[in-house]
Amino acid sequence: MSRDGVTVPPLNFESYYGRPIIKAPVWRWDIPAYLFTGGLAAGSALIAVGADLTGRSALRRSGRLASLAAVGASTYFLVHDLGRPARFHHMLRVAKPTSPMSVGTWILAVFGPAAGAAAVSEVGPWLPRHGLFGLARRIAPPVGRAAGVVSAAMAPALATYTGVLLADTAVPSWHEAYPWLPFLFSGSALAGAAGLNLVAAPRAEAGPLRRLVVAAAGLELAAGRRVERMGLVSDPYRTGPAGVLLRAGRALLVAGTVGALLGRRSRVVSALSGVALLASSAATRFAVFQAGLTSARDPRYTVLPQRQRLTEAAAAADN
Amino acid sequence: MTETITRYEPGEPAAAAGYVDAPPRMGFFTDTTLCIGCKACEVACKEWNQVPATGLDLLGMSYDNTGALTANSWRHVAFVETDAHWLMMSDVCKHCTRAACLDVCPTGSLFRTEFGTVVVQEDICNGCGYCIPACPYGVIDQRRDDGRAWKCTLCYDRIGAGMTPACAQACPTESIQYGPLDELRDRAQSRVQLLHDAGVPEARLYGHDPADGVGGDGAFFLLLDEPEVYGLPPDPVVTTRDLPRMWRRAGAAALVMAAVTVAAFLGGSS
Ligand code: SF4
Ligand code: SF4
Repeated sequence: MSRDGVTVPPLNFESYYGRPIIKAPVWRWDIPAYLFTGGLAAGSALIAVGADLTGRSALRRSGRLASLAAVGASTYFLVHDLGRPARFHHMLRVAKPTSPMSVGTWILAVFGPAAGAAAVSEVGPWLPRHGLFGLARRIAPPVGRAAGVVSAAMAPALATYTGVLLADTAVPSWHEAYPWLPFLFSGSALAGAAGLNLVAAPRAEAGPLRRLVVAAAGLELAAGRRVERMGLVSDPYRTGPAGVLLRAGRALLVAGTVGALLGRRSRVVSALSGVALLASSAATRFAVFQAGLTSARDPRYTVLPQRQRLTEAAAAADN
Repeated sequence: MTETITRYEPGEPAAAAGYVDAPPRMGFFTDTTLCIGCKACEVACKEWNQVPATGLDLLGMSYDNTGALTANSWRHVAFVETDAHWLMMSDVCKHCTRAACLDVCPTGSLFRTEFGTVVVQEDICNGCGYCIPACPYGVIDQRRDDGRAWKCTLCYDRIGAGMTPACAQACPTESIQYGPLDELRDRAQSRVQLLHDAGVPEARLYGHDPADGVGGDGAFFLLLDEPEVYGLPPDPVVTTRDLPRMWRRAGAAALVMAAVTVAAFLGGSS
């Protein structure tokens, strides 16, 4: 029995009244929303620093503002999802490399203030020329650039650690997807952020965004294919609500990419493409989240791969 | 993608956590052949640990109206009725040698005690919920009206005072046995041997092997059928076993992300 080169175990087994074996995450929709906004923040920080260093000031501004807004939303979602939001700061008691959530907290703790400083530096040109404000006006550009570089240095980590965050659980469809989730999420982050900035930035500065969209789409489509070819634990990505969302995300990604390339000359087409890319990124995150819930709630996804592993180990021991 | 599973070397979790001169590792051996399904363990646990009631839930599937280990049920007596047999089993947190819940906890709320057990500190837990999907046995759970994660403490307060955990104390048949893990493992081996000699070939131990995917359980079982029949995973593996590989994949994805951004900004005329 083989599907996509992966042996599929027999589909019947005894369970305890069909009840789940592992507990599904108690995380609410805040967490997929955070995956989405965290990716936007990271991608926008990268875009802002690229624009800054290549002299695209409008794109730099949109990137920095988008990054701050998105990281603000991310922080809200993370705190809001806690069972005890007032104890958020307990995350800062320890730094644990064995806990992707701890690692992510510290990534955010560096990224957030840097993205904030870069965005705030954009008020520089509006400040009076003299006195203390004059000084602030003069140091705003170099401070903004330095802060932007710090945020961009943390951005790839911010966009990809979330793949590890989900994978480092007993949730079968997340854990097994660990080689691909960080790639899927980095593609989704870049596509979403490029989309957001396509809406916000002038056409004249959007050249890098169009190239970025193509690369992001390639990354996301390739990683998505792998996630759908893991055998039994891929079923939750292919079927049900997650399957619908994942396909919708892919369709929007393709439409947005084509639109971004063909709509060079049209502000409207560019903006519509940007919206499609944003929607695609959100759909992908909610789809991956939902697939995990589905795989946790059905004991077959926990039992059958483990049974197969035991059978194979026994067979290997006999040889 | 078949991969050989790296099994863990046996180890003492308390010593690994930094305790010097730790007392012997303590645990549970739950011999399901002795269980009569009286649920005295469930009740004793609730009483001693002041675990809130779950209300009147009739699940309508068997004599089991507890259903599963939850934040408000730290012992759970499973009832399995088949044509072949009627099985009862009191389930509990396994106090894993490699505990995923503890590994992933971002606040340090979950910790390893000097007895090698795994305990949540309720004044530290901020209800992030990460431990819950990390546990390969589906044990630890969030208490909804409280927001925090709760599970069996192996009666940390009682065993610290030299007493027996409430469930084992209340068990009228000694189906739940408490003691130093080494002794329990020896006792379990002879019990299985006895059952095999008495013509019960289906008797088997579960969670006793320090070389399994979680490094062995501090609370292990004697079962009469496959683990999944009781709602247990047949081959649990601590999720953090793969974590170094996961970080490497994330690092590679991060590099690709940075590289395509550089290329997008440098590689074109517009
Ligand atoms: S059984 Fe689950 S909750 Fe108990 S120690 Fe192991 S991982 Fe933690
Ligand atoms: S819910 Fe509490 S015990 Fe569980 S991982 Fe989060 S902080 Fe730790």
